[in-house]
Amino acid sequence: MEKQSDLLLDIEHLHTAYRLHGKFYDAADDINLTLKRNEILAVVGESGCGKSTIASSIIGLYDHKNTKVTGDILYNELNLVNLNESLFNKIRGNNIGMIFQDPLASLNPLMKVGDQVAETLYYHTDMDEKARHARVIELFNQVGMPRPEEMYEMYPHELSGGLRQRVVIAIAIACKPEIIIADEPTTALDVTIQAQILDLLKEIQKESHSGIVLITHDLGVVAETADQVAVMYAGQIVEKADVKTIFQNPLHPYTRSLLHSMPQTDDESQDLHVIHGTVPSLVNMPRTGDRFAARIPWIPASAHEENPKIHEVEPGHFVRCTCWQSFHFQDEEKKG
Amino acid sequence: MWKTVLRRILIMIPQLLILSLLVFILAKMMPGDPFTGMINPNSDPKEIARLRQEYGLNDPVWVQYTRWLGNMFHGDLGQSYIQKVPVTSLIWDRAVNTFWLSLMTVVLTYLIAIPLGVTAGRHQDEWQDHGVQIFNYITYAVPPFVFYILGIWLFGFTLGWFPISGSVSADVNPGTFAYFWSRFYHLILPSILCSLISTTAIVQYLRTGIVDNKVEDYVRTARSKGVPENVVFNKHILRNSLLPIAAFLGNTITGLLSGSMVIESVFSYPGMGKLFLDSIGQRDYSTLTALILLFGVLTLIGNLLSDIIMSIVDPRIRIK
Amino acid sequence: MADEIIEIKNLKVHYPIRSGFWNRVTGYVKAVDGINLSIKEGETYGLIGESGSGKSTTGKAIVGVEKVTNGQILYKGVDVTKASNRKKLNYNKDVQMIFQDSMSSLNPRKRIEDIIAEPIRNFENLTTDEERKRVQELLDIVGMPSDAIYKFPHEFSGGQRQRIGVARAVATHPKLIVADEPTSALDLSVQAQVLNFMKHIQQEYNIAYLFISHDLGVVKHMSEDIAIMHRGRFVEIGKRDQIYKNPMHIYTKRLLSAIPVVDVENREQHKEDRQRVEKEFLQDQDKWYEKDGRVLPLQKVGDRHFVALPKDMIQQELKEGE
Repeated sequence: MEKQSDLLLDIEHLHTAYRLHGKFYDAADDINLTLKRNEILAVVGESGCGKSTIASSIIGLYDHKNTKVTGDILYNELNLVNLNESLFNKIRGNNIGMIFQDPLASLNPLMKVGDQVAETLYYHTDMDEKARHARVIELFNQVGMPRPEEMYEMYPHELSGGLRQRVVIAIAIACKPEIIIADEPTTALDVTIQAQILDLLKEIQKESHSGIVLITHDLGVVAETADQVAVMYAGQIVEKADVKTIFQNPLHPYTRSLLHSMPQTDDESQDLHVIHGTVPSLVNMPRTGDRFAARIPWIPASAHEENPKIHEVEPGHFVRCTCWQSFHFQDEEKKG
Repeated sequence: MWKTVLRRILIMIPQLLILSLLVFILAKMMPGDPFTGMINPNSDPKEIARLRQEYGLNDPVWVQYTRWLGNMFHGDLGQSYIQKVPVTSLIWDRAVNTFWLSLMTVVLTYLIAIPLGVTAGRHQDEWQDHGVQIFNYITYAVPPFVFYILGIWLFGFTLGWFPISGSVSADVNPGTFAYFWSRFYHLILPSILCSLISTTAIVQYLRTGIVDNKVEDYVRTARSKGVPENVVFNKHILRNSLLPIAAFLGNTITGLLSGSMVIESVFSYPGMGKLFLDSIGQRDYSTLTALILLFGVLTLIGNLLSDIIMSIVDPRIRIK
Repeated sequence: MADEIIEIKNLKVHYPIRSGFWNRVTGYVKAVDGINLSIKEGETYGLIGESGSGKSTTGKAIVGVEKVTNGQILYKGVDVTKASNRKKLNYNKDVQMIFQDSMSSLNPRKRIEDIIAEPIRNFENLTTDEERKRVQELLDIVGMPSDAIYKFPHEFSGGQRQRIGVARAVATHPKLIVADEPTSALDLSVQAQVLNFMKHIQQEYNIAYLFISHDLGVVKHMSEDIAIMHRGRFVEIGKRDQIYKNPMHIYTKRLLSAIPVVDVENREQHKEDRQRVEKEFLQDQDKWYEKDGRVLPLQKVGDRHFVALPKDMIQQELKEGE
């Protein structure tokens, strides 16, 4: 059963705003999320929906001059929002590890990959150089790198994409963090490598009982790996549920539309489903009313809430706005 | 790696041969020969013709070329047409002077440019950056000779802090400390002025490098490891931004040679640059050809040096 | 049956590797190592491969921007690997390309009008009015507003830019378009839009596509004929159903099993299947490939279905399939 100590992250009313042309705009708008031990929480959405903003807010890596973060990100009763930098540096890499999208760009081209992993250990452990070296070899073994001793001395450009991402993962898990944030960890990789990396992440999680926040745009990846899913649109969470519910009983029009536009679930002879209109930019985002309303104009305005709230429609299943109740696809209307 | 260096040096041989051929052809096309200036109303034209024959000036051109090249190999660069001394000894003294001036200039250039570039890059778009940018515009836009003359006027004439010409005072004896000090004293003003005006490219490279590297993903990775910000800057951002600067060192040598012509003639500093300009003015073609060849060699060595430095500091282009 | 518009015979693109003191050629990277394919008028040929498989090099060789080491590309029965033949046949007008990265493939300093009109200007003589009318038509086809012609590439979103890339590619009424990962950089909903436009244009103008992608779902949606490329060669070619329902080469199986499936109930089963195939692939390399790791010659296993396996293994596979 769920215990209080299983709660790793409790994000409440998080607002992250970026300064553009002198004004602040919320890129993440009133985010409420929890991450538990042994759980993979997927945050899914298209580019610009604010999913990566959440990742950078949790780990506190954003341009402090042009970003305003409010709300609470509670980790063990410590609020990470606007936390003192030197205190945060003790947490980053130690309690929270991060995995990035592009493994080549994420590694320093002038440093041996082994040293880049050892650097994390240098700042968070008492290990001497020899112990750090041994720990890196151990980590390289754990992430499935062949000939770890040899790999230690390599530079990033000498490794394949899959091996580079294993190095990045080794950096993230070096200090056995309780929380791992993976921001599009497999987007730059081939499908076969993607599968291996996702397996590795799950394996690591099982061993270390950590919680993983998986940021992705790929619904397939979500279906294969996640336990809990939050679907984001235009800076807001529009639907939140366990993975089975999201794929078997999606309710929010956006979730349903996205699943509908996937090529693999479709009949080849037919057109793919296209969502009407385009995603609004950060500056042009509507701040009142249902942000998705403009993408489903055939649904009457009366079906939307004036100020859409997130509702728990069944235990553990949250949906924004009430419009899902009267939602149907445009072609369904013609038929009906 | 040494194999590649050796290969590069071997490739330099044909390059130098082509250069030498061009220089030789040019020299041949110029009026004058070693006996220019010896002819006066009293000299016997027959005697001159005999000397010409003896010195091989009537031989076929290619025989002359191979002989000239052979002499060059033995370190015999011929006689100066004007000064009537071996070109080698003429160049040697000047080369030493230019070497010291260049060395001082390079060291000062990097000492000035690196802090400026780091400041500008670190405080991008803040007042420190704007200040450096203004300095950069000035050193870029003002013609070097105007800058040097202003410097001489201010620090030489008006304030009288530094000597304004020559490489050493006439009243000191070689070998003494006073002589050494005098030479150093003579170097200060030209090298400071020259380095101030040479910083533009390095400052700009460094600033852009830092600004670009600051937002690189691997810097974010370093921060996500919990590395303190000042270490992130020094170990990750700065080190990577210094790469192009290190490679620039080889090119700096080439740049200094052309730069030395202006600074040395403004300061009447007896170096190779001034010698080159003087040789042009006096139509001293034997000295000129020797200098052109020498500059050619130094340029090639400078480029090679750049590549070697680059391959040492950047593992991505490490020569195998 | 539709006519073949292009036929590729034993195409090879090799890059020399230089090393040693004298920088002599000591070997070759065989990016494309002897492939055969033909594309029919108005149809889509799907080319699937992972990075480094040689799929993009194949596409570039076909449009003539990559030098062909060996083999023939026959267009209207003439070998167009020679530049002079390309000119004679108007090949560069008839064969166009769509790139993955729409931002870097559109000149940022040119207006959309000039970008789309450029291929028209190269091959046709139109008055300014005619040209503008044509550009407007093209924008209309890909669903862009008419005031787009005055704008610059950076003023559009990724999906819109990719549609502009499509408009530019169809401007000269090409017979064949090589589309290299046209939607890989796009979001799901935008990808659907671009793919739909590509299909509509194909039907309207009878254009053939060589559709290059690593995304098996997208290729399945777009093409009837599919080739799987690995290490510069084809490991399996066939009709859509043959490839997806009855894959015979271990590499095809491996690729198919690696695609994430939206089937939460059976994901553990799917993972086991995938890991079993992966293990098989790694264990018996010399069973599936030649000794030096190269792909074996293709053998016929069914109507239009070919696979690169030894004959005895094919018998075995066919039996298992029954």
